[in-house]
Amino acid sequence: MHPAKSVIFFTTTTGAGYGLLFWLAVLAHRGLVGPDFGFGLLAFGIAFTLVVGGLLSSTLHLGRPERAWRALSQWRSSWLSREGIAALLTFIPTVLFACFWLFWHNNSGYVAWLGLFGGVMSLLTVYTTSMIYASLKAIPAWSVGWTVPGFLVLSLMSGAVLASALAAVGGYGAAALWLVLPTLFFLAFGLVVKLSYWSKIDRSVSSSAETATGLGEFGKVRLIESPHDQPNYLIKEMGFVIARKHRTKLRRMVVIFAFGLPFLGISIGWFAPDIVVFLTLAALGFCAVGVAMERWLFFAEAKHVVTLYYDT
Amino acid sequence: MTLNPFATVQQQLDLSPEISDEVKTTTCYMCACRCGIRVHLKDKKIRYIEGNPEHPVNKGVLCAKGAAGILNQYSPAKLTKPLLRVGERGEGKFKEIEWDEALKLATKWLGDVRAKDPSKLAFFTGRDQSQSLTGWWAKQFGTRNFAAHGGFCSVNMAAGGIYTLGGSFWEFGEPDWELTKYFMMFGVAEDHDSNPIKIGLGKLKTRGDAKFVAVNPSRNGYNSIADEWIGIRPGTDGLFVFALIHELLRAEKVDFKYLARYSNAPWLVIQNPGEADDGLILRNKKGDPLCYDLVKKRAVSALGADISPALVGEHRVKNKRVVPAFQLLAKRYLADEYSPDAVAETTGVPASTIRRIAAELAQVAFEEEIVIEQPWTDVWGRRHEQMIGRPVSFHAMRGISAHSNGFHTCRAIHILQVLLGSVDVPGGWRNKAPYPKPIPPGPKPSGEPIAQNMPLEGMPLGTPTGPEDLIVGEDGEPLRIDKAYSWEYPLSAHGLMHMVMHNAWAKDPCEIEVAFFYMANIAWNSSMNTSGTLQYFTDKDENGEYKIPKIIYSDAFWSETVAYSDLILPDTTYFERHDCISLLDRPISSAHGPGDAIRHPVLELDRDVRCFQTVLLDLGAKLGLPGFVNEDGAAAYPGGYEDYMVNHERAPGLGPLAGWRGVNGDQHGRGAPNKDQLQRYIENGGFWVHELPPEQQYFKTVNKDYLEYAVHMGWIPDTNPIIFQLYSEPVQKFRLSSQGHGKHQPPERHKKRVETYFDPLPFWYMPFEEAAIDRVKYPLHALSQRPMHMYHSWGSQNAWLRQITSANQLHMHVDTAKALGIPNGDWVWIESPLGRVKGKVKLISGVNPNTVWTWNAIGKRKGSWGLSPDAPESNQGFLLNHIISEVLTPKPGEPQYSNSDPVTGQAAWFDLRVRVYPCAADEAGFTEPMFERFTEAPAANCPVLRYGADLKGQQKGSFVPEKSWIGNRHENAAHIDGLADGKGNQTDEDKL
Amino acid sequence: MTCLPKNPSGKKLGLVIDLDICVGCHACAVSCKEWNASGQMAPLTDLQPYGAKPDGVWFNRIHTFEVVEPQTGASRTVHFPKSCLHCDDAPCVTVCPTGASYKREEDGIVLVNTDICIGCKLCSWACPYGAREYDEDEGVMKKCTMCVDKIYNENLPEESRVPACVSTCPTGARSFGDLGDPNSEVSKLVAARNGYGLMPEQGTKPVNRYLPPRPKKLGNELAPRLLEHVDDSANGAGVLARWVDKILSA
Ligand SMILES: Nc1nc2c(c(=O)[nH]1)N[C@H]1C(S)=C(S)[C@@H](COP(=O)(O)OP(=O)(O)OC[C@H]3O[C@@H](n4cnc5c(=O)[nH]c(N)nc54)[C@H](O)[C@@H]3O)O[C@H]1N2
Ligand SMILES: Nc1nc2c(c(=O)[nH]1)N[C@H]1C(S)=C(S)[C@@H](COP(=O)(O)OP(=O)(O)OC[C@H]3O[C@@H](n4cnc5c(=O)[nH]c(N)nc54)[C@H](O)[C@@H]3O)O[C@H]1N2
Ligand code: SF4
Ligand code: SF4
Ligand code: SF4
Ligand code: SF4
Ligand code: SF4
Ligand SMILES: [Mo]
Repeated sequence: MHPAKSVIFFTTTTGAGYGLLFWLAVLAHRGLVGPDFGFGLLAFGIAFTLVVGGLLSSTLHLGRPERAWRALSQWRSSWLSREGIAALLTFIPTVLFACFWLFWHNNSGYVAWLGLFGGVMSLLTVYTTSMIYASLKAIPAWSVGWTVPGFLVLSLMSGAVLASALAAVGGYGAAALWLVLPTLFFLAFGLVVKLSYWSKIDRSVSSSAETATGLGEFGKVRLIESPHDQPNYLIKEMGFVIARKHRTKLRRMVVIFAFGLPFLGISIGWFAPDIVVFLTLAALGFCAVGVAMERWLFFAEAKHVVTLYYDT
Repeated sequence: MTLNPFATVQQQLDLSPEISDEVKTTTCYMCACRCGIRVHLKDKKIRYIEGNPEHPVNKGVLCAKGAAGILNQYSPAKLTKPLLRVGERGEGKFKEIEWDEALKLATKWLGDVRAKDPSKLAFFTGRDQSQSLTGWWAKQFGTRNFAAHGGFCSVNMAAGGIYTLGGSFWEFGEPDWELTKYFMMFGVAEDHDSNPIKIGLGKLKTRGDAKFVAVNPSRNGYNSIADEWIGIRPGTDGLFVFALIHELLRAEKVDFKYLARYSNAPWLVIQNPGEADDGLILRNKKGDPLCYDLVKKRAVSALGADISPALVGEHRVKNKRVVPAFQLLAKRYLADEYSPDAVAETTGVPASTIRRIAAELAQVAFEEEIVIEQPWTDVWGRRHEQMIGRPVSFHAMRGISAHSNGFHTCRAIHILQVLLGSVDVPGGWRNKAPYPKPIPPGPKPSGEPIAQNMPLEGMPLGTPTGPEDLIVGEDGEPLRIDKAYSWEYPLSAHGLMHMVMHNAWAKDPCEIEVAFFYMANIAWNSSMNTSGTLQYFTDKDENGEYKIPKIIYSDAFWSETVAYSDLILPDTTYFERHDCISLLDRPISSAHGPGDAIRHPVLELDRDVRCFQTVLLDLGAKLGLPGFVNEDGAAAYPGGYEDYMVNHERAPGLGPLAGWRGVNGDQHGRGAPNKDQLQRYIENGGFWVHELPPEQQYFKTVNKDYLEYAVHMGWIPDTNPIIFQLYSEPVQKFRLSSQGHGKHQPPERHKKRVETYFDPLPFWYMPFEEAAIDRVKYPLHALSQRPMHMYHSWGSQNAWLRQITSANQLHMHVDTAKALGIPNGDWVWIESPLGRVKGKVKLISGVNPNTVWTWNAIGKRKGSWGLSPDAPESNQGFLLNHIISEVLTPKPGEPQYSNSDPVTGQAAWFDLRVRVYPCAADEAGFTEPMFERFTEAPAANCPVLRYGADLKGQQKGSFVPEKSWIGNRHENAAHIDGLADGKGNQTDEDKL
Repeated sequence: MTCLPKNPSGKKLGLVIDLDICVGCHACAVSCKEWNASGQMAPLTDLQPYGAKPDGVWFNRIHTFEVVEPQTGASRTVHFPKSCLHCDDAPCVTVCPTGASYKREEDGIVLVNTDICIGCKLCSWACPYGAREYDEDEGVMKKCTMCVDKIYNENLPEESRVPACVSTCPTGARSFGDLGDPNSEVSKLVAARNGYGLMPEQGTKPVNRYLPPRPKKLGNELAPRLLEHVDDSANGAGVLARWVDKILSA
């Protein structure tokens, strides 16, 4: 699949933003951060920038962005529609939570529960996003069981890394310390999910040129004349294939950047409080690069079955 | 529309929008197939073109080109005004001029030549559908230097046929698609009978009781749906066919009766080696050929009715040793050298396959004969109660034709047809009107007299019957610029258009002052050795004058050739003019009966261009050519081509169009001009057809009623039987002359060649180029084929068609590529002794391993056809023509000949041999040779094309229930229960 | 109506394509383009029509495949036209967030309402067959309409009321009708020829059917025996001798 920048940006930023909203609620609920206006402004500012920016960028990818509002109507069947609605609904608890925190200086008790509810809604939104991909049978690399966990875990993971960095920057040592274990856990879990995902998609067999054409009974099928000499929409949109050797290299980079280096940074930070700000920020930087790479690969590696009709 | 974001919007569909303001019926010209089309017009633009279901050629279907006609009409490469060259030739710099000036200039150039020596005009008309006009114009002008494209196209096929069967493949005959049970197709990718062949193949395969065998080095298009594909090595079909004949003879599986009755098999051939009558047919005083009657035990006229002719056996008659022609034929092909085992290696077809095919042919021809209870009468007056058919049919085209041994191979196939008794019989191959014609059909070519301001005696093209009919000087040297009808290419019935530029440049055999071309892209894809040809256009002599001083050209589009011409007479498109698809030329007949058609303007002209035929009539009048002006000197056809189409009479009562003649329009074929004739055509969908009555449908060569009808229609002079010429006496006459007999003899240096290749019975020889070169160095045959969706160079200006193919590749067998170490998609050099071109390879399995092939005429010169300079056509696509030589390298002591068939002058495009090797890394990705862009060529500035957006119809009326459609309904109905008989969505019940 | 029709009429209009006789001529593809250029989803925009990478909206495309039998190396060439299969369980419909993509209750035709399509391209991702065509210029999705504005069109003569690709096909390789009715002619054609749907494993339940290439008549069923030579003398001398007294009456 063609790795469209807007879609990569959209899924990674909303993922991180929703993850951050979730962890903010957890921290508030645990009483690890108080209703500090400055910190709140920074944290919610970042979270909502990521979420709103991501959502807006996703409309950039639309042919008719001005009609984006129409995307809400088909929640009965369409995961994209459901995502739109979930995203809108998620704003209600999360914005309320933010308002309580920022304007009424309250982030505990019922408000924290409201925050947690917003966090769950956030994850639900991430889930709907992931289901857009996971429900596409025509893209076997996406319609595997590991796609949804991948999105959810990476959202929680990138949110956690982000929250850790914020806590460190904001001087919330306790929060930062508390976040270490969950962050490390999700970094490790993320790695496991991703590795499982890769091993699954490498092994899975689905349609073939033989089933695509129904000519399997006569032998091996190979395209010799494409319908058009120059690339058509299908090729441009779905014919993107990344070479096997690049794929292996990129996967290694993802492992290092998305999981390895952040894990290292966060764990060292645990023992080196002096440079924890630097380390968590570094972890965040690596993680951002790594997750973006992961998402790029998620697209680039996925082969649409329509390519079976082509020579790609 | 609701603005509630959660509401589901239901679309209000227009199920019955209006489509057009008007539907006009005319004839397609996206290729030469002549299909009938219905053009839906909306706001004076073309909304939609569909096939005309009533039309005899296409019966409602339309090919890709035909459907894309819209985009040719809106091509950015359309010429808009007469052009006069201002830069150098090939630069592409022109100034627009008015028609008055253009015509004045042309008249001056042409008039000067005509006053001096009319033969200094070379008038060659390419893809001409109006040859009866252009040929007549040349005749009246007085130049013998006229031909259309047939010489580089398929004259082997034409000549092989008309000298053997009295008709030919090409589009002049067709298999009996309804009845044939065994169909063999040789060397066809697309053909002029484009839609009829596709319709026929679909029916034949759906019927399911027939076998389709494709003989072709390449398995694509039609060939891929064949039951059996025989991937023969190029240029060896003759041997393959001889081996089939060998097997059939050995098993006595030939139709002796048919041979005795309808062919010259029993004609007695004089055996008198060394003498002037050796090999000629023994004739009586009347000139009738004789045969030996086994009952009467004496020689009798072979044209008599009740004879029992011997097919074998030597006799002495009139003191001559004679044998029946069949004996010579049988003896030749029974020889061991033509056994399947002997030819297997050269042809690449296993002996077992040849034996099996021979057995299948015999089985179908003789065990599955078709009997139609339809009485008919032969020319001898005998009534036959039935029509007996041998349901084996053949078709062949340029894969046979475009080799230097094609004439003989084509004859070989025809002989096979006749041996099987399958010509013009039910289930066999059938002639289309105006064929069959006498063998050869005449008239003879005319080259005399050439005098100032005088017309020729006859038409410049014709069919020689012997050496006396050649167009050579006293010294036996060629007179025509293309050397047609010379000792070099005696039976060149269509001329040699591919030699015109070369010979004019070499001033051999004569000089040309004005070259006048129409509708042929000679500066690119219709020339051999294209790079060399471009030089012939631009070379100057010592005085700094172009070697070919003046070039007038009529094209409708900005083709490569436009840039190399001096004066451009821009033509209309086929939607904008009148045209005549005439029985005098290449009509729309089918085996079921004759037909002709017209085009008429369906769009208004929006540019300053003129119908070429009208311009030609105008020029004729301005030059005062006889027939083009009346006695008073006024133009004879002031109304232009449409005037000519209606009012011209070639002979009393015979004109360009056969339908609705006579003052009242109630006569067909013969009759006075009818002023309403075109209107009648338009009312009838643009065409006229006549269905022959059942008794005339078959055995046309000897069918009394048919022949009488043909005489009435003016196609043939008399009702004499047309006897298949297995043994060709005219050919033998040339051989005799080369052996020193007769008044007309070839110059010494051509004698051996004429003697060798003028064999009255077909034989096989290795194609010239293959024989001459180092076959180890150039191990591969290189072919080109037509893509079904492109017509030569026209297609690339079409925004839709070029999306399908914009860059051709070199198709190569996977195993061959493996041996050469060439991976799929790599760039390679394709090199012949003439030079090399570069292209990308595509590996396939369906091709003879010794053969590579590519699509024809996709590669384009930069700056032509309105394409942008970075168009794939001129950057990745390549033109094989650059490496096909137009001349053969002479053997020591021998003259230089054209790379053509020695009998007919047919261009031997497919004799090309090449070697293929990978190119260097920095050479990959772009083709070579690549030429500079023409300086002032038009290029479309059109990033987005939204054709049709404004033609969308408004809802009008309700909607009707839809109907189902079964492809090949009739054929499917025969074996699937529950399918109604009929055609498409029309069932037979509907008709009731 | 982005959900699949709840009360489908049972009618399933579709195409049947005979791979045994398709010669790959592209007539159906161009005719389709031509009709639909000003049809229901007009225009079928072309980008760089005269430039380096011409690319446009087509509802029907022709592929050519080579099928090689691995054991014997025997191969065949098959031309393969492909347009929307108007699936029963059309994923392109259910993924659509706007309802622009829908399946008609009356006849099962899958259409796009280009007036409300937002151009999210999701349907093109969901379609396994590559039957959705994005118009970059207009920013909306388009696709084969089954010529819905032709097959029911009162302004056309009866013989024209079929999909453009069907009536134009020179070999007659395309049929059209109600595949939901087992007694329809197309259904009978499919049954008689073992017609199949593409990629059943995708669960889309395509309506269009392909008729597989027939077995090639290669073997000896036509002529069970090779020809018997009447005589095997060198250069056929014996055969010739046999014919000397063969009396035929012409
Ligand atoms: N390598 C290779 N070369 C070949 C062949 C091959 O098989 N292989 N085949 C050969 C054969 S058989 C042929 S017939 C030739 C064909 O070659 P050409 O006869 O050159 O055919 P086209 O390329 O169609 O060019 C005809 C010209 O007519 C112009 N034209 C189109 N419509 C009109 C019109 O309405 N009026 C006028 N005045 N002009 C118009 C076109 O713009 C074009 O410039 O190619 C030959 N060249
Ligand atoms: N779509 C389309 N239709 C056209 C044209 C076009 O340009 N496009 N051009 C028209 C013109 S001018 C012409 S002349 C006709 C020509 O129509 P065709 O006769 O079909 O001509 P080609 O496309 O040259 O195809 C020649 C075929 O012969 C095969 N072949 C080559 N050498 C041999 C051989 O030695 N033996 C055998 N058995 N086969 C061989 C090639 O593989 C190829 O398939 O088409 C006409 N129709
Ligand atoms: S075969 Fe095609 S291009 Fe040629 S005349 Fe017929 S419809 Fe037109
Ligand atoms: S028009 Fe018919 S033969 Fe041609 S590609 Fe389409 S289905 Fe095949
Ligand atoms: S073929 Fe593709 S576009 Fe057509 S209905 Fe099926 S899924 Fe939808
Ligand atoms: S591109 Fe249009 S039709 Fe396709 S899913 Fe999106 S909104 Fe629906
Ligand atoms: S049914 Fe109509 S829209 Fe669909 S492929 Fe055929 S011609 Fe095109
Ligand atoms: Mo030709």
